[in-house]
Amino acid sequence: MAEYKLMKGNEAMAEAAILAGCDAYFGYPITPQSEVLEYLAREMPKHNRIVMQAESEVASINMVYGAAGAGFRAMTSSSSPGISLMQEGISYIAGAELPCLIVNVNRAGPGLGTIQPGQGDYFQSVKGGGHGDYKMIVLAPASVQEMADFVYLGFDLAEKYRNPVLMLSDGAIGQMMEKVQFKPYTRPVADHSWATTGKPVTRGRNYITSLFIQPERMEEHNLKLEAKFKLIRENEVRFEEINTADAAYLFVAYGLSARICQKAMDLAREKGIKIGLFRPITLYPYPYKRLEELASQVKMMLSVELNSGQMVEDVRLGVNGKVPVEFYGRMGGMMPTPEEILHHLETLIQYHHAN
Amino acid sequence: MPTEEDILPTTTLDVTAPACHEEEYEMVYHKPSTMVDVSMHYCPGCAHSLVHKLIMEVVEEMNIQEKTIGVAPVGCSVFAYDYMDIDMQEAAHGRACAVATGIKRLMPDKYVFTYQGDGDLAAIGIGETLHAINRGENILIVFMNNAVYGMTSGQMAPTTLPGMHTTTSPDGRDVSYYGAPIKVAELMSNLPGAFYVTRQAVNSANAVRRTKKALQNAFKYQQLHKGTCLVEIIGNCPSNWKMTPVEASRFIDEEMVKTFPLGDIKLPNAAAIQSLTNLSSDHER
Repeated sequence: MAEYKLMKGNEAMAEAAILAGCDAYFGYPITPQSEVLEYLAREMPKHNRIVMQAESEVASINMVYGAAGAGFRAMTSSSSPGISLMQEGISYIAGAELPCLIVNVNRAGPGLGTIQPGQGDYFQSVKGGGHGDYKMIVLAPASVQEMADFVYLGFDLAEKYRNPVLMLSDGAIGQMMEKVQFKPYTRPVADHSWATTGKPVTRGRNYITSLFIQPERMEEHNLKLEAKFKLIRENEVRFEEINTADAAYLFVAYGLSARICQKAMDLAREKGIKIGLFRPITLYPYPYKRLEELASQVKMMLSVELNSGQMVEDVRLGVNGKVPVEFYGRMGGMMPTPEEILHHLETLIQYHHAN
Repeated sequence: MPTEEDILPTTTLDVTAPACHEEEYEMVYHKPSTMVDVSMHYCPGCAHSLVHKLIMEVVEEMNIQEKTIGVAPVGCSVFAYDYMDIDMQEAAHGRACAVATGIKRLMPDKYVFTYQGDGDLAAIGIGETLHAINRGENILIVFMNNAVYGMTSGQMAPTTLPGMHTTTSPDGRDVSYYGAPIKVAELMSNLPGAFYVTRQAVNSANAVRRTKKALQNAFKYQQLHKGTCLVEIIGNCPSNWKMTPVEASRFIDEEMVKTFPLGDIKLPNAAAIQSLTNLSSDHER
């Protein structure tokens, strides 16, 4: 069994990238994830891998495009304002069906916002972000361990579906230190026959493009992408449940919020409130079906987020009016305490009991 | 000044001539095998088709089809990969040099080139271009400068000549309002990462020959891993200049070269390139 190490989330993610066989990392400094570029600038050359500090996030995502298009494992990471700059490139990468890993260590916004953690990029991550019809597979780690694990998973899924994968972390998970174990990893065999490695006489030319100027061909490509997203929805939904077996109420939260809700759940159970925690791990594809099932068991769900209420819309889509779905959130880099969440929960239970 | 005879006979030669003629005639020209045999969408008299062909001739002559990866831009030449029989990537508008960086850094022994117009390279993509050259990326940048946005039908570009009429400068480019045209080759030649910078044209037979030499040398220099090669080519754009192809060729000699003088701007020193044999010829000075 691999030994445990005490590491920052960002550094664990960087180390996992090396262990996952990431061939190239392109990035640009931005708080709270500059450690990733620093760590890889130090470590990647030792493994004869490519690491480059680009002139902008716009450049780094397009360097990822070039490297991924040539069939290499390429990734970038950034934080919210930088991820906004990458949206153009992400749309092209999705359109051209290139596998790659993008990590967003979410900080609070909008605009320059603050360098403190936030979850305000949920909509951007799961509903599109860039232009056109596309989806990324979105993985939401809630621990340093998962920041490492989801690098392997992210690359594997990206290559399996030829689609960009986004790891949506946040400034707290990225910056905090926890124990982490780098598990043994076997890289699945991936087909790279489409990559632009130079055209031998034995095959036709490969070209990477998202351009289909004739509407008939563009729609054909759209339908091909949609079929792929359907396959992803059918096969890649991931979530975690804690104490849901006997739950009368349910916290729904991802990432850092789920960590805080876990403590709030413990406090609530000490007071006799039977509440469980449902933690979506994939934000796309979203676990609508399981939420719908749980809606026939619980009396109320409370979505807790570090934003003004974004994921709660997906919870409501899953629940489809069967039970009340409430929201509690803080913004601006402020984090709710477990006691604060518990107080809000108790107020809601009273309100719904009275009504 | 070019005459009618100087305009290259690019499309009239029948390359599918029956085999029985082979004994009687000497083959003096053939379309490079590295070109896809389809009709092009370019306007009559456009420089793109000619420059596509020159690049593919060089790829064929150097026998590097298997080692060459091109990056297409957004602009008239967005479909370059429909014509060049090599592996290619289509970049977002202006990002070709970043995409090429990603390709070349992972595959340093391949030949990587970008093919970009003036809107793509000199406006939206000048940052990516400048930084790629500053890093001395071992790529070839083929920069097609026709002083207008071609694909969107003739808007003002960063390279539009002073006083030149375009759809977005209907009274002529006012340099007091929009600044002067950017001389990309001169600007980029100041960067230490630039290894070879030249500006050529394709508006006469001689100009075409010089451009081909420049492309040959630029491809060969990639073997040295010493920096970026930038070949700026003044391209004819009769459609958007509202000229006949002959007038457009004349316009380059009479007007374009005043702002964009032709010739080599930065040459590698002799020691740097002595390991290369068979350079096409001396550089044009």
